[in-house]
Amino acid sequence: MSVDIGMPSVGTSGVPRLPDGEALSRKDFTSDQEVRWCPGCGDYAILAAVQGFLPELGLKRENIVFVSGIGCSSRFPYYLDTYGMHSIHGRAPAIATGLATSREDLSVWVVTGDGDALSIGGNHLIHALRRNVNITILLFNNKIYGLTKGQYSPTSDVGAITKSTPVGSVDAPFNPVSLALGAEASFVARTMDSDRKHLTDVLRAAAAHRGASLVEIYQNCPIFNDGAFQLLKDRDEAQARLLHLVDGEPIRAGEGADARVVVRDVDGLRVVPEQDADPAAVIRHRVDDPDPSTAFAISRLDDPSFAHVPMGIFRSVDRPTYDDGVRRQLAAASGEGHHSDTDLATLLAGNDTWTV
Amino acid sequence: MTSKTTQTLDRVVIRFAGDSGDGMQLTGDRFTSDSAVLGNDLSTLPNFPAEIRAPQGTLPGVSSFQLHFADHDVLTPGDAPDVLVAMNPAALKANLGDLPRGATIIANSDEFTKRNLAKVGYADNPLEDDSLESWQVHAVPLTSITVEALAEHDALTRKDKERAKNMFALGLLSWLYTRPLDGTVSFLERKFATKPEILAANLAALKAGHAYGETTETFAVQYAVAPARMPGGTYRNITGNLALAYGLVAAAHQTGLRLVLGSYPITPASDLLHTLSGLKRFGVMTLQAEDEIAAVGAALGASFGGSLGVTTTSGPGLALKAETIGLGVSLELPLIVVDVQRGGPSTGLPTKTEQADLLQAMFGRNGESPVAVIAPSTPADCFDIALEAARIATAYRTPVIVLSDGYLANGSEPWRIPAVETLPTMPVEFTTEPNDVDAQGKPVFHGYKRDPETLARPWAVPGTPGLEHRVGGIEKADITGNISYDPTNHDHMVRTRAAKIAGIEVPDLAVDDPSGDARLLVLGWGSTYGPIQAAARLLRNGGERVATAHLRHLNPFPANLGEVLRGYDRVVLPEMNLGQLALLLRGRYLVDIHSHTAVRGLPFTAAELATAIGEQLEELK
Ligand code: SF4
Repeated sequence: MSVDIGMPSVGTSGVPRLPDGEALSRKDFTSDQEVRWCPGCGDYAILAAVQGFLPELGLKRENIVFVSGIGCSSRFPYYLDTYGMHSIHGRAPAIATGLATSREDLSVWVVTGDGDALSIGGNHLIHALRRNVNITILLFNNKIYGLTKGQYSPTSDVGAITKSTPVGSVDAPFNPVSLALGAEASFVARTMDSDRKHLTDVLRAAAAHRGASLVEIYQNCPIFNDGAFQLLKDRDEAQARLLHLVDGEPIRAGEGADARVVVRDVDGLRVVPEQDADPAAVIRHRVDDPDPSTAFAISRLDDPSFAHVPMGIFRSVDRPTYDDGVRRQLAAASGEGHHSDTDLATLLAGNDTWTV
Repeated sequence: MTSKTTQTLDRVVIRFAGDSGDGMQLTGDRFTSDSAVLGNDLSTLPNFPAEIRAPQGTLPGVSSFQLHFADHDVLTPGDAPDVLVAMNPAALKANLGDLPRGATIIANSDEFTKRNLAKVGYADNPLEDDSLESWQVHAVPLTSITVEALAEHDALTRKDKERAKNMFALGLLSWLYTRPLDGTVSFLERKFATKPEILAANLAALKAGHAYGETTETFAVQYAVAPARMPGGTYRNITGNLALAYGLVAAAHQTGLRLVLGSYPITPASDLLHTLSGLKRFGVMTLQAEDEIAAVGAALGASFGGSLGVTTTSGPGLALKAETIGLGVSLELPLIVVDVQRGGPSTGLPTKTEQADLLQAMFGRNGESPVAVIAPSTPADCFDIALEAARIATAYRTPVIVLSDGYLANGSEPWRIPAVETLPTMPVEFTTEPNDVDAQGKPVFHGYKRDPETLARPWAVPGTPGLEHRVGGIEKADITGNISYDPTNHDHMVRTRAAKIAGIEVPDLAVDDPSGDARLLVLGWGSTYGPIQAAARLLRNGGERVATAHLRHLNPFPANLGEVLRGYDRVVLPEMNLGQLALLLRGRYLVDIHSHTAVRGLPFTAAELATAIGEQLEELK
């Protein structure tokens, strides 16, 4: 639902665009730095998708900034020929908040991982989402610490055997989508490294959204957590397990006689065989539902065995962004214009002066 | 009306003390402004509990405000009050120890009830027994006279009327010291513009207090303190926090950059956030972050975008910001970090002053991570220090830590308002063109190709076509700024960053030695300036020869510092810590330093410093 509050409504409004007829290519977004992820790392596919997608925005390259934290995924900015900052562990959303708020003319992206965003940087993440700063956050979730060589992360499953949990993790994981929705995020989506088309579609919607967009990207780490998402990558298995979130449509997995669908009954949302479903109970997905409860309930349909996994855009609602609000207050105080020496002199003098 | 005599004094120290809810800070502030406008030189020392409202009537709940005003140059808020205004027994008990015999006590006798006396352990009412006979006591029923004076203000509750007693006290003191009421009248008119009944009551109480002084026989003498002789100019009274906030606005004005403040509330720095958030008309953008780390992160992000990024905090917050400041060292971007120091460690003494963050500012980060460190010496100097911070940060692309403290932040003094044309100009130019050529001779931008003089790297901000580049906290190759793990390169970069900070241009240290042949130098930094100068004056008046010097630049030190230190038989260094600067100076210059330290949460008094320095002088004889 779009409420007219006199604010820009598209993520990239205010960012200078290329002149008509000019376009950039994937190559223009590829830096001269050698990419140094492990062979087979899911990050390669995400990088290729982002480099392939960015030209579509039609923005001037110099007005795009990628800010990252620490971790394998956070090397991302080095490989993109835009402005970029590889910052410190967990702090990218805070740094991006300062940058995006003070520079309306930039398209600001945050690249982070499950450890970076949800563990050390959890506070900054939830507050960036709550404030609805106009940034796009790509959260690469591989359910493991890669760069520090294989400790369990805040998204690792209970029981996960890792370097730091030799007899299994007893730590309850976060569901990043539930967390984001709980933090009042205005745009939340989930996609997968290996599904280039879906990933690109989600990036397109996230970039178009004005406000904080959180995109969780399931990403395979072949070195420390190989096959974490294998069930969702096998065509047949994925078919049966992925609950596709399509605005206005029932939420369905599988086809034909095996199709399952999300219904609402007295116990809340459940996934049932479509042929048994009471048509009146079948819910239709609404990304713009102002009440996040249904989106949250959908995010809770996840389960560690991947029996069914919602995939796509959970929520996309318009609400005022922090940075637009800050800038509007400045503009209202005419802080955008030039303040003269006299204005400054008046400020310094205050109300009670005396002359010697 | 009885005619009363007026006696002229050269200086007075008044302490207003009461319960945290009694409005003593406001009363003190107003008396200060009225004295300032009269042309007295002055210095103030607010002292209040960390609790917003500690239990009423108890010793921990006592809040006080001390003001020293004089017909001459004032250096400190005064060692001991000549007059104590005690609004209740707790205020009397908490402050009596600081009151020299013979001093005046004006006590609100209404509050000296059995219950209130018992709360602070008085068995008998000191206003009625002989225990205060060494002082001149005026027991005035401030509360009841105020309520009586407001008898016709029907719209107000008794509580509201009682609350105006601080204005009655201010009126009385204003009469006693022949201060005009006009400033306070217009202040109240502004403050209570939308509450006409409260305004009327406060004005009535103020005037009743003044009239009470004039008519009652309790006070036989009125006192006058003539204006001080000060350099010509337009003056105002200003606290350190306000001066620092205005200095930051002026710095943005002079650099042409937008001021972006990322901050998180913390005592005693929060007033910087409050003031700056009200200055949007100057383009000042303030972000109240979710924590101290996010606050400095937002500031650094803004600096990356070409703004003047600033973060303001106190000691515990500086500890949290350490990693991000280290990132600033590595990114080599301008960043101003203001630490309004308070008592530590940990939460420590949030509302009390200390200078114990110097080593944290110098070294409190991982790796070789030098930053510029500067410190203001007086409340008014906080304005100039902000401009200096901006000069260093922008010219050398570095974090700068400003070490203010609670005493400077809340204390005030007259400030000769500088003409805007006389402020230092420091235009900033962003890099907009390639600054190097690659192996093929093609023009390229290299993010770490430095200015040969300042060693500053180029500041090319997002939005500049053709200069797209990446920065980060991983070690960078010299010149190109690409990631580099090369051992020789790292050694070179660490030394280059150190050389850049060491090479910051700072003025030589000036020494004040009226005798010209002093053998003892008193060195100070930060807010000890006033007490050191006052102590030196006492000693010089007594015929002693003492030199003084004050450091505003703590990293790098002035180039002549070693030579100055070696020029004296003895160097005495008072600090409100356990000798942090002394440690640095001994290590750096291999000179002996006689450290004099105290960490009581209060500034040094002139007398105690004079005694300590006097002992050192004796040893030299
Ligand atoms: S450790 Fe895992 S996540 Fe990191 S680069 Fe290697 S494969 Fe990718």
